[in-house]
This record gives sequence, C-alpha cells and structure tokens, in this order.
Amino acid sequence: MNMERSPGEHNEEWLLDEPIVRPYVMTRGRTDARGKFDLVTIAVTIRSTTGAEVGLDPEHLTIARLCRRPLSVAEIAAHMDLPAGIVRVLLGDLLEKGFVAVQQPQSETDVLDERTYRAVLDGLRAL
Amino acid sequence: MASGRSEQPKLPKAIKLLVAGGFGVGKTTMVGAVSEIRPLRTEETLTDRSVGVDDLSGVEAKSTTTVAMDFGRITIGDEYMLYLFGTPGQERFWFVWDELARGALGAVVLADTRRLADCFPSVDYFERRGTPFVVAVNCFDGSPRYDLDEVKLALNLGSEVPVLLCDARRRESGKEVLIRLIEHAYSRRPAAAKEVSAR
Ligand SMILES: Nc1nc2c(ncn2[C@@H]2O[C@H](COP(=O)(O)OP(=O)(O)O)[C@@H](O)[C@H]2O)c(=O)[nH]1
Ligand SMILES: [Mg+2]
Repeated sequence: MNMERSPGEHNEEWLLDEPIVRPYVMTRGRTDARGKFDLVTIAVTIRSTTGAEVGLDPEHLTIARLCRRPLSVAEIAAHMDLPAGIVRVLLGDLLEKGFVAVQQPQSETDVLDERTYRAVLDGLRAL
Repeated sequence: MASGRSEQPKLPKAIKLLVAGGFGVGKTTMVGAVSEIRPLRTEETLTDRSVGVDDLSGVEAKSTTTVAMDFGRITIGDEYMLYLFGTPGQERFWFVWDELARGALGAVVLADTRRLADCFPSVDYFERRGTPFVVAVNCFDGSPRYDLDEVKLALNLGSEVPVLLCDARRRESGKEVLIRLIEHAYSRRPAAAKEVSAR
C-alpha cells in the first residue's frame, strides 16, 4: 500500500508494547482458545457458583456473575478490562466445567437465511 | 461436557458488522451513535506462538502487541444481537481485521472527501475478502461536496456497491447506513446468486 501518511498520525492509540505477566499467570500460561471463541461468541451462566468449587479463580467467578445475562466475549473482556484472549481461556474452563453455555455466531460458511435478514432489518427500522 | 447439551438455554445469536475507514473519519462516533450501550473497548493481543507459552520463566521478558477495538451493540428482539466493531488502524493490524471479518455480515466503509484515499485500504480489503460493504461519506462541515458518482469513480467501486451520505453523529443517519448495508448484503448472499442464475 503506497499511502502517504504523516508519521505518528495514528496507531499509537492502538499499539502498546507491554509485558503481560498477570494475564499469563491468570491462565497458567494457556493461550490456545482463540480458535474456539469468536469475539462475539455469546455466553450465559447456567449453573451458579459460590466460589467453593475446586479450580475456579476469582476471574472465573466474575465472568459467571457478568454472564447472568447473555454477553459476548468482547463485552466480558471490556467489563473486566482484560485482553479478549484471556477471557477466552477462562470461558473455556467454565464451559468445560458446565457453568456456562455458549452460542457461537454465524459461521463463515453458513448462509444466513432470509428470515434473519428480515429480522435484522425490522429491528433496525424499529430503533 | 456434552452431557448437559439438552438443557442449553436458547441464546441470542450474534451478528457482526464492521465500521472501517481512515483515522478520524468518524468510526467510533458512528458506533456510539447507533449503539444501545456506551461504546466499549476490547483488546486483542498478538503473541509469538513459537515461544513456548508454558514456560513461565520466559514470560516476564516477553512482550506482545495489543490492539484495541471499539464496539457497540444493538439488541434485535431476543433472537439476535448485532455487534458493531470499529476496525483498528489500517495496515498494521490485519490479524485483527481477519478475525473481525470472519463471519461478519458486512461492513461500512466511512469516507471523508477531504481525505478520500484514506479509505482505499478498507475498500481493497473487503473487495478481496468478498465481504459485502457500503461506502458512507461522512459529511464534515466544510468538506467539499462531491457528487456520489464522483466518489464512486474515485474509489473505483463496482456499480453494485451502494454509496451514500451520512452524518456519523446522528443515530438516524447511522441507522439508515446500516439498513442499506443489510439490504445490500441480502442481495449479495450466495442464495440470491443462485436464484438469479437459476432463472
Ligand atoms: N463535524 C463533524 N465531526 C465529526 C463527524 N463524525 C465524527 N466527527 C468528529 O471527528 C473526530 C473523530 O471521530 P472518531 O469517531 O473518533 O473517528 P475514528 O478515528 O474513525 O474513530 C471526533 O472529534 C468526532 O467528534 C461528523 O459527521 N461531523
Ligand atoms: Mg476510533
């Protein structure tokens, strides 16, 4: 791309180089969940947790609390001020232990049906 | 893990839309104008996977690139949640673009006639990827008023790509842009192509 740009015009806002010790420790070094949850995969808590459960960290409990109503990975991450990748790992734990249910978004290969388009159009018009 | 499947509650399904364009063109403004929630910000990190991630001793020395994205939400009944993501700065963050565009229903490319070239990379990206998109010219005060056909020509857009004027600050205007986008995506869906070719 051969675009003229004044240096420093943008990107600084987006680019932060920083060590990520805390998140790594929080997930015990696991970073593998990107393929499993999209930013808009929606999660909801289906079993309440008291914190007494073995193997749940405070962050797990926070997610379980937030997801009493359906929330996307991106929203959970924003509310907890954590990178989305960390939330994916923690959500994977909760899913595996049966505390949350998730709804994956439309996949690339699924063709949206006409009803979906119509519902979205009606919803937007009603805004 | 699969044992609890039958009791899975019916959850709304997410639909992703993107708002792209050059820096300062009004992406965050538009997301905020149509969103039912205060726009939120989320971060993705790019880490070097070739470094052993289980080796905690190496973690402190490691650094990652973090990309932030603004997004908003529009709830459509209890069946769908529309998520609107402002794409992060162009060129350097394609890894996030690819993730955002995966499964996205479509994209709004915001253009500013004072700096039309700023939206070239977005247009290129969605054309190459086959993501349905519309171009919305954000009308800043004092920007030159081009004929929409001139914009279309300058951007070398296919004749089917909708180009419209908008005011990113106004909810009604943003709504209209999104409606045009959904209509366009609908006409471009694979099933629609089949219907046409079957005739
Ligand atoms: N006059 C005017 N200003 C706008 C409009 N849209 C955005 N702005 C302003 O332009 C600046 C950049 O907008 P922003 O949404 O942050 O751009 P982004 O970098 O694309 O997210 C902000 O100060 C906005 O208030 C518009 O339609 N008209
Ligand atoms: Mg912005």
